[in-house]
Order: sequence, then C-alpha cells, then structure tokens
Amino acid sequence: MSELGSKTTVNWQQVAAELAQLIPRDSLLTSKEELVPYECDGLSVQKQRPALVALPNTIEEIQKVLKLCHYRKIPVVARGAGTGLSGGAMPLENGLLLSLAKFNRILKIDALNRTAVVEPGVRNLAISEAVDHLNLYYAPDPSSQIACTIGGNVAENSGGVHCLKYGLTVHNVLGIKFLNMEGELIEIGGNRLDSPGYDLLALMHGSEGLLGIIVEVTVKLLPKPEVAQVVLAAFDDIEKAGQAVADIIAAGIVPAGLEMMDRLAIEAAEAFAKVGYPAVEAILLCELDGTKAGVSDHIKSVEKLVRHAGAIEVRTSRNEAERLRFWAGRKAAFPAVGRLAPDYYCMDGTIPKTALPRVLRQIAKWSEEFQLPVANVFHAGDGNMHPLILYDANKPGELQRTEEFGEKILALCVEVGGTITGEHGVGSEKLDSMCIQFGQLELAQFFAVKHAFDPDGLLNPGKAVPTLHRCAELGRMHVHNGQLPHPELERF
Amino acid sequence: MADISHEIQQQLVDAFQSKSALNITGNNSKTWYGRTSHGLPLNVAGHSGIINYQPSELVIKVRAGTTLSEIADCLDEQRQRLPFDPPYYGEHATIGGTVACNFSGPRRPYAGSCRDFMLGCNMLNGRGESMHFGGEVMKNVAGFDLARLMTGSLGTLGVMLDVSLKVLPHRLSEQTLTIDAGFTEAIEIMNRWATTPLPVTAMAADGEKIYFRICGTPSAVEASRKQIGGLLFEQGLNFWKNLREHQLNYFDDPQPLWRFSLPQAAPHIRIDDTPEAAWFIGWGGAQRWLKSELPFNQIQDIARKAGGDATLFRNGDRSREVFAPLSLPLMQLHKRLKHAFDPAGILNPGRMYEEL
Repeated sequence: MSELGSKTTVNWQQVAAELAQLIPRDSLLTSKEELVPYECDGLSVQKQRPALVALPNTIEEIQKVLKLCHYRKIPVVARGAGTGLSGGAMPLENGLLLSLAKFNRILKIDALNRTAVVEPGVRNLAISEAVDHLNLYYAPDPSSQIACTIGGNVAENSGGVHCLKYGLTVHNVLGIKFLNMEGELIEIGGNRLDSPGYDLLALMHGSEGLLGIIVEVTVKLLPKPEVAQVVLAAFDDIEKAGQAVADIIAAGIVPAGLEMMDRLAIEAAEAFAKVGYPAVEAILLCELDGTKAGVSDHIKSVEKLVRHAGAIEVRTSRNEAERLRFWAGRKAAFPAVGRLAPDYYCMDGTIPKTALPRVLRQIAKWSEEFQLPVANVFHAGDGNMHPLILYDANKPGELQRTEEFGEKILALCVEVGGTITGEHGVGSEKLDSMCIQFGQLELAQFFAVKHAFDPDGLLNPGKAVPTLHRCAELGRMHVHNGQLPHPELERF
Repeated sequence: MADISHEIQQQLVDAFQSKSALNITGNNSKTWYGRTSHGLPLNVAGHSGIINYQPSELVIKVRAGTTLSEIADCLDEQRQRLPFDPPYYGEHATIGGTVACNFSGPRRPYAGSCRDFMLGCNMLNGRGESMHFGGEVMKNVAGFDLARLMTGSLGTLGVMLDVSLKVLPHRLSEQTLTIDAGFTEAIEIMNRWATTPLPVTAMAADGEKIYFRICGTPSAVEASRKQIGGLLFEQGLNFWKNLREHQLNYFDDPQPLWRFSLPQAAPHIRIDDTPEAAWFIGWGGAQRWLKSELPFNQIQDIARKAGGDATLFRNGDRSREVFAPLSLPLMQLHKRLKHAFDPAGILNPGRMYEEL
C-alpha cells in the first residue's frame, strides 16, 4: 500500500465515460466547479481536489462503481456529510470520491425492539427526531450531530458529551451491511444483541473507510430518561475542578455528561452565547438523568461534592430551558473560540484523568513558548481533551508551529498513558502521531487486517494507519525485541 | 501473581516454527464451550495479577490468568464492579477465558456486554509477536479496534496476555420483583417495560413468572416499584446469581442446551412435541435457552425464522459445528482474518468453526 493512494496514471475521461454507462450522468461530478466543495472534510487545512465524485442512488449503483474501480485499480474514498475532523474523507488525487449523501432514508423503525434501520447518509440527529414521538432516542451525540451522518459515525466510532454513561457509536449499533471493494454485500449483526463469529461489527467501527463501504446501519434506541438536570460548578482553580470530577466518580455516580472548560474557553463561550457563565478559572457541567427520584438524590450528592472540592459557585438547572442554557455555552465552545482568532486547531487526545493537572500545566507552558493561545474544553468524565490552539494561517509559519505544538500535545497524551485520538480519528491528520503510539508489529498487524478485507489496498488507502516506511523516515519506528513483522507485506 | 509472558511467548514461537497446534487453557472452567479443539496445551493461568487499578479512572488492567473472584474482591473494596456481570461457570474462572468467550450475565442488555467494556489488551499473535492494542482510557480511536476483535474470538486469533476493562460503581440499592405470566405474555410485558425509563437491570421469565430487577438510589427503587407493581422476591440475589451460573434447576439436565440470540421482542417460539418447560427466557427476551435433542439444522431453521441464530451452548456433539453457520462471504472474510493473525493455523484450531 502506497502513501495516500495509487500513483498510477488513470485516464479519467475514459473512467467517467465508463461510469456514465453504469450510473446516471447527473450522479457524476467531473468539472472543477463541481469538485471544489469536496476537496476537504472538516479538517480544512488539508485539501485535495478529487479526480471524480460519484453520488450513486442505489446499492446496486455503488456495487457497479466499486466493481469498475476494482477492475481499474482506482482508490475509493467514502464520504458522508464531510464533517469529520481528521481528514478521513479527504479525497485522493488519483482516486474517486464516493458520496453516500443520497442514502438518507430511515428504512425501518421497530418500536418494540427499540431499533431502527437506516441508510448511511441519515443524519445523526434525524434518527432521534424520527423516534421522538415514541419516547425513544439514539444516544451518541457528537457535537456535529445536526449534520454528521450515521455512516460516518460508524466509520469514526464517534463519541459525544453523553458517552460516559451511554457509550460510543460502537455500543449503540447492532448491525451493519457493507460492501467490499468487489462490490460484494456482507451483513454483520442485526436486530439482536449479538451474532456468531468474530466481532467484525466492533472492527468496522472506527475503521475510517479502510475496510468496507457501509450501506446500512441498525441502531439501538433507548427510552428517553424521565428527567435530566445539570449542575454548573465554578472553580477558581482548574485542579480543584479536576478533583471534583474524581470525587463524583468515586461517589459511585455516573453522570450522563461531565464537561469542563478553562478560562479562555469560558470567556469565549460567554461572549458568544451570553448564557451567564461566571468569569472563573474552570467550569464543570455535570448532567444527571434517569428517574425523577434518582436524579433528585444524585443532584443533592453532586452539589455537596463540588462544594467540598472547592467550588465557589454552584447552580442547578431548575427547568429544561435552564438546562439547555447551561449547555448552550459549552455546545457553542468551538465556534465561540473560533471568533478569538482567524483559525483554531482542535486536538483530541485522551488521558487518564489523574494526569490532567500535569498535562494542562505542560500545555500552558508550551502555549507560552510557541506564543499560541490555547482554550481547553474537556470531556472530563472520560478523559477526552480538546485543546483548541488559536493561530492565524495567514501569518507565515504559524500553521506549521501550530501543528508542531499539536503533535507535542499528542505525544504527551501517549506518554501519560493515553491516546492520540479519543473520537476524531486518525485520518490523514495524525498519521505521524500514530508512529508514536504504535510500534512496527502493531502497524504490520493493522496492515494484515486491512489486507484481509481489501487485498488490493483500494479503500481509503494511506489514511488511518501510517506505513512502516513513513514511521521509519520520521525516526519513530519502534522495534519490539528485535522481531521482524509480517515479511509478506510490502514495506520500505 | 506472576508475569510469565516470556515463557508463553517462547512456547508460541516454538509452536509456530514447528507448526504444531496449541490448545489455550486457563483454569479449565469453560472447556465444555465451543467445539473440541486438539493441540498441545498452552496454559496461561499462571500469568496472573492485577497490574493497574485506579478507581477514579474506572479502569482495571489485569493479566489474563487473574481469577474473576480476585478481580471482584479488589473492585468490591472500592465499591466498583465489572459492569457486564460475568458468569464464572467454575470457582477459578479467569478473566482471559471470560473475554475469549465474551460471556456476560443477566445485566447485559441494560449495562452492556464484555466486549463493550473491553478497552485494550496486550496479546501475542500466532507468530508469537507481542503487540498492544487499545489502551487504558475510555475513548480511543487510534488504529483498528483489535482489542474488541479479540473478545469472543475463542483464542483463535491470539493469546491475550492482559486486558484493560472499564469498571463501574456498584448500584446503591436493588430489588427483584415477580409477576405471574406465561412466556408469550412475559415477552410482551418485558419489552413494554424496556421502552420506559424504568431503572431495569435484569429481566427473565421461566414460563410461570417474570423476574424483574430494578436498581438505583433507594427512593428511585421505591418509586419504580410503585409504578410497576409485582411481588417482592426475597431470594432475588440468589436467583440472579444462579441464573448467571446456570445453577437453577432448569439447567440441571444432560440434554443439549441451546442458546438463541433473538430480537428482544420476537414472539415466543412454540415447537411441536417440545414442552414449555424446555424454555427459559433471559436478557428481557434477547437470550433464550432451549433444552432439545432436535438436530442442529432444524434448530438453526427455527432460530432463523424467529430472526436470529442459535448456539449449541452445552452438551451434545461438540466434534461438529456448534455455532450458527456464517454466510459464504462472511466465512471467507473470517478465514482471511484468521490467517492475518495466525498464518500457521496453530491457535485453538477448530474451536469456533471447523474451518478456522
């Protein structure tokens, strides 16, 4: 598998003509004007115009496109709404971009079994909206949920603010249908809790389009909780807020959401959303949901715990409008921070919660050294941090400095026992950081798995897993006990 | 309490070089599960001990040979537990075997399965190469999720050396209630309750009664109890434990025991000449037990028609297939995946399917 796709020359005019025999002409985009909107996903610093975009209308049409691409050895990149933050859907110069945008139908809602069967291009939030009248909802709520699609959620194993209690996408999907590069339809799982064989369902989650094209998803629906309430606690010291998080967990409480923001993030959010956040060093938002009696008991405990940890102000939402207002600032944190500088770069490392003070201190130190401000928002319950580095891409060298700063943060996350990405994926963005987290044996095993699904290496090649060659060039190749990995695989 | 990973690795490397099949074992509490596998024993029970546990992180990292009881004792001290409520099926059951089988207890539909709480592992593949996947944090999407893939793979893809699992706090208060109902009505009632926000953590039905466990703060449990009615079942604690461990009278039977995995609300299945007492419904309808001498293919047909599949869980002929057949493209993919981890085919060959 080569870096970011095949380098062989493709006669795109001929391919377009062949594709036009297989799918409607208006489902193919070929002109520059048509292709430009597809040149990046949510990671807009990396751009590449695709050679061609196909927007098939049926599974049969996707199969035809894949068969042709397989025959012509053309790499294929799948794309949903293009909201991903790591370049997973960034096109390849010599590849076809396969948009699944037209697959936006909810095929079946099974109220009694609490499941829904949906096409991959259905928006995350649209599922909950469609089952609202049944008092059910789909739990994972990535912040892009208004736009992002379920196919992309599976490909990235998306999280959200409620995943401490309700899990990630992988915990809320029961089955998928996908196509391999030959266009063969493979069904795994279904309308039940488990199925025989290897757990390919888990493997497909977070595989970033490298293993198959997802064409149908069966999701689990949950009953809506009777009530949800939020405690907003303000701290004059971010370490005290961190202590409050540990105390809440230690008390045996599993909040539905547990979010932290630092001073810069609070100020930005307040200026943007005007929700009445106090001007302090840290805010903790702790949401509890469930039965009325249970929530009422836990709210009292949380209020006591945060005060004990040193909160200087504690507010509890008294009604739904107030709960939503408490969240509005946090949910608007990214665009709010975006107003502070021309550009920001969002990091996504996860760390053990106990390492938070150390990591935050180091980030503050680097922030001064690089002269780049950082706002921190943090899924405190599960250790997933989103430092937002503020920069100006128009200033020469500033993007490069930002990326260097970002890589240092990710390396630190690995050093303290965490990971380079909690929910945004590796994509084309974090390939170099992957060389820090994994040694050559692991990378070779990833490639062996990729090879089992996609022997020709045509599905989103070059993303998610760096080649051994790339890591070796960076000088970051780990050698375990002098062992050589899979000799049959192409490398160096 | 020892790290014997180097010995295990050496045995694996030797077996790879001599292409001799291995039969991975722990404390032999689940040798009856899966198909019969032949090979030289590779015992990993000695590789045991808790490596890391910080209660506020909600994560425990343990060597594969650590017993479930040692883990439970350690978590209990901090008022935490393994959320998937693993069955032991034997006093000295290890976490490695539990993860390899992906076994979960009565809490599973409401809390999640063993694989849901699997965060990471160190493992050896079929070449004896030592690798680390996943991690000790709850959110991690770096690289393919090979740690979860190991869950339920019955040792056919690799030898797990240690696993990191998410843990959760103990419930504050629990009560079990019963309501009289036959199977048909039980499925309807259990699924109706499951669509409400009641704090349910287990539901089962034996054809005469529905057993229903609610958990939460004491006042939440009391409020739910008022809402649904039913009789307080004083032996609840023992009942769920005995169900989990297959120690209820129902399970004391030499007949083949089938496990049906079905849509939770799939109607109760009636089979000619099979008494109602041959069934037992767990997991709110998602897992149904059947004692039956009917042939494998006929059972699979029945399960398929009901929207799921069946496993020959205990007893019966274990030299033939025990898991539901996979579609042709799926089996081909399984074989290629097996080859990607175990090119010499030495890890528990045939334990899951004859071809793997």
